[in-house]
Amino acid sequence: MQLPDAEILFKDLAKKIKNDCDKNVALIGIHTGGVWLAERLHQELEITQPLGTLDVSFYRDDFEKIGLHSEVKRSNIPFEIEGAHIILVDDVLNTGRTIRAAINELFDYGRPAKISLATLVDRGGRELPITAQYTGIELTLPADKILVLKREKSGKLSLDLYDKNLPE
Amino acid sequence: MKIHIRNGRIIDAKQGIDAIQDIFIAKGKIVAIGRAPDDFQASRVIDADSLIVCPGLVDLSVRLREPGFEYKATLESEMDAVVAGGVTSIACPPDTDPPLDEPGLVEMLKHRAKSLNLAHVYPIGALTQGLKGERLTEMAELNDAGCVVFGQPDGLLPNLRVLIQAMRYASTFGFGVWLRPQEISLTSDGVAHDGEVATRLGLPVVPVCAETVALSSIILLAKETGVKVHICRVSSAEGLTMIRSAKQQGLAITCDVTINHLHLSDMDIGFFDSNCHLMPPLRSSSDRDALRNSFTDGIIDAICSDHTPVDEDAKLLPFGQSEAGATGVELLLPLTLKWGMEMQLPLLKVLAKITSSPAEILGIDAGHLSIGSAADMCIFDPDYYWKVTPSSILSQGKNTPFLGMELPGKVKYTLVNGHVVYEH
Amino acid sequence: MINRNPQLDENGMLQHLLTTEGLPTSILLHILDTAESFVGVTERDVKKIPLLRGKSIFNLFFEPSTRTRTTFEIAAKRLSADVINLNIAVSAQSKGETLLDTVDNLSAMNADMFVVRHSQSGAAHLIANHVRSDVHVINAGDGSHAHPTQALLDMFTIRHYKKDFRNLSVAIIGDILHSRVARSQIHALTTLGVPEVRVIAPKTLLPKMVERLGVHVYHDMTKGLKNIDVLMMLRLQNERMQGANLPSAEEYFKYYGLTSEKLSLARRNAIVMHPGPMNRGVEIDSAVADGKQSVILPQVTFGIAVRMAVMSILAGNQV
Repeated sequence: MQLPDAEILFKDLAKKIKNDCDKNVALIGIHTGGVWLAERLHQELEITQPLGTLDVSFYRDDFEKIGLHSEVKRSNIPFEIEGAHIILVDDVLNTGRTIRAAINELFDYGRPAKISLATLVDRGGRELPITAQYTGIELTLPADKILVLKREKSGKLSLDLYDKNLPE
Repeated sequence: MKIHIRNGRIIDAKQGIDAIQDIFIAKGKIVAIGRAPDDFQASRVIDADSLIVCPGLVDLSVRLREPGFEYKATLESEMDAVVAGGVTSIACPPDTDPPLDEPGLVEMLKHRAKSLNLAHVYPIGALTQGLKGERLTEMAELNDAGCVVFGQPDGLLPNLRVLIQAMRYASTFGFGVWLRPQEISLTSDGVAHDGEVATRLGLPVVPVCAETVALSSIILLAKETGVKVHICRVSSAEGLTMIRSAKQQGLAITCDVTINHLHLSDMDIGFFDSNCHLMPPLRSSSDRDALRNSFTDGIIDAICSDHTPVDEDAKLLPFGQSEAGATGVELLLPLTLKWGMEMQLPLLKVLAKITSSPAEILGIDAGHLSIGSAADMCIFDPDYYWKVTPSSILSQGKNTPFLGMELPGKVKYTLVNGHVVYEH
Repeated sequence: MINRNPQLDENGMLQHLLTTEGLPTSILLHILDTAESFVGVTERDVKKIPLLRGKSIFNLFFEPSTRTRTTFEIAAKRLSADVINLNIAVSAQSKGETLLDTVDNLSAMNADMFVVRHSQSGAAHLIANHVRSDVHVINAGDGSHAHPTQALLDMFTIRHYKKDFRNLSVAIIGDILHSRVARSQIHALTTLGVPEVRVIAPKTLLPKMVERLGVHVYHDMTKGLKNIDVLMMLRLQNERMQGANLPSAEEYFKYYGLTSEKLSLARRNAIVMHPGPMNRGVEIDSAVADGKQSVILPQVTFGIAVRMAVMSILAGNQV
């Protein structure tokens, strides 16, 4: 199937956030695709707060099934969480479990005033009551497909679709 | 009972016989080899076609664990294992509880063994009372009760003053003294050879010098006293060299090695395999190779099993806390054959190390198939390979480093005094 | 008979951590990398994460050690596991229960992981061979054999300060003979590609053929410390300070104790490590222990992150 152009989606997403938020909002990207996206948004929106990153591996609910194999990145929140307005950034929103883990982790750093969610693609399939406030596009995809964000050396973003059974 | 053993390959090292012949037994003795005596009416014919017929094996170290350690093994279980191994005469170390230091204990053991009517049991008398290395035992009395030689248990040599007197006293009566060379002050809580493996695993060591220092004392004192001395369980290449030079000096000295040390080295301990916790410890592969090769020049006189049944609980412990020893009387023949095959030695020479030669060391009339001698025999299939498993061995001790291995040589019949005491 | 590495399952995943010997470089690095992210967690206000929620971790200490037990306990609690401390030295064993009886009993209480400290080399291997396949064993020190988490936290510390293992000269100084820490350090250093590992000790404190482990042997601090980037001091047990191993603590300090003067023989930016607890004035001078080249306290901090990493990786490797 024809996948949308990630760069165009990015522009749309940035515009939606810009219309809604001031430059004091704090961005936190979720590893790995969410961080790429957050880095671009941070630049594009000229956010004043430094960029935060989260690796939610330690908060995932599927640890029992998949363990801790892949390389875990260090979470880095370089600003005061207490009372902040935070926009969590992730590349693809699906079941909502990653976002649940990310919110849990954020609360171990402090009590934010508000958390919003920005995602490039909302592919549906929610298993938790979670909604994105800013979405690039909504897509309906078969459950056995995995949608991922990729970044070229030049920094250009693109989307890619895999079969679930096949290794990436 | 008259028995006719037909078509077997008879191997008798003492008489230098290796030929396919018939053998005839009457009244517990061998009456003829080759042609049947006149009027011989066999009540049983054993077909030994493609089997080897040799003297019953003589094992210089078998622990029956009685008295005192019946939970590890009993006389009944171990005597069954002995004959299943084709062994018809065994020497039993005195390290029972209480030790074999009183005639009554020795008589009791002999009596119990005799009532089972299986193999011949030769208790090794304690050299010192309670094996404590302080006071001499009543060796002459013990000899009357049935002790043919005297010894100390593993790693417990008396101090040199007591040792020299014990040697003098034993030599007064012409008794042999059997000692395992290990200097206790160099050993302490050691459990492994002083080499790379112990260094890697962090195990306390029994250095080679514990053996050689003790050996030099024993050799010098033997020279001084003129006693017949038998060195038990030599484990190192350096130890062998010392024994070689003592023999060259004409000393009355003999020695044995265990089947375990002929085949294994400290590398086999792997990740703390307590079945490889043996005493003396398994040494380096170069020590093992020296032991394997030294038979050709006759330095090592005998191979023994050093049979030590250990209960499972005593092995299911961290290596250093587990009990040393391995079951082995049923593996004496297979492991000796395996060594002979690997070294490409003639069977006649190989079997001498577990028949005629140990019989001479023990000073008993056994280990040969002469006409008129007691019909103690082992009939085995040299080409039959069997797997060592807890259920394939009869000994109550299932602890051996060879578990799971396929070994050659299956005993088909064991005869003691002309009676078939085991058949497979 | 030598079987496959008992620490790895049939897929080569870490099932138990018993020794650093024979582990692939990739597993060592995975532990160090994971620990890196846990350092981030330990620096937060809320130091707890829910990763091992509902898991039961038994600290089985057959040999008393408050320090090591505490670091494992903190690590487990920060992972939200339930921790049960058992000081077996004074309970079951004295009633005649065997080591494996104790383990069976605790397994029946649905233990997910055992952290084992024992005075006998090989005790952790014995337990690992015995437990159900979904139970994990961490060796917290067995006899003179191994203390892998200590060695791993040492590696973490070295990497933190020196970045790359592949151009370092490391010296391990002291009682190598009786030290499980030294053995685990040597295997970890050689596996991670450290080109020069030295041991410095009098001959009474060195095991036979120690050079076969891949180290160079020195008996003299002046020669041994030349061009050294990392000094790993070992603790000298009280009972070894006199008698047949050494004549006195004073003489040991004079020849092998680390003073500022001896430290100046090493590279200028060399770091000094010690697994603790230290004998000040025996193996190390206070001026060095508290000096600016000492990284002894960071070692303790990193120790918690490394133990969190080991516990998380093991708990995640289920069959």
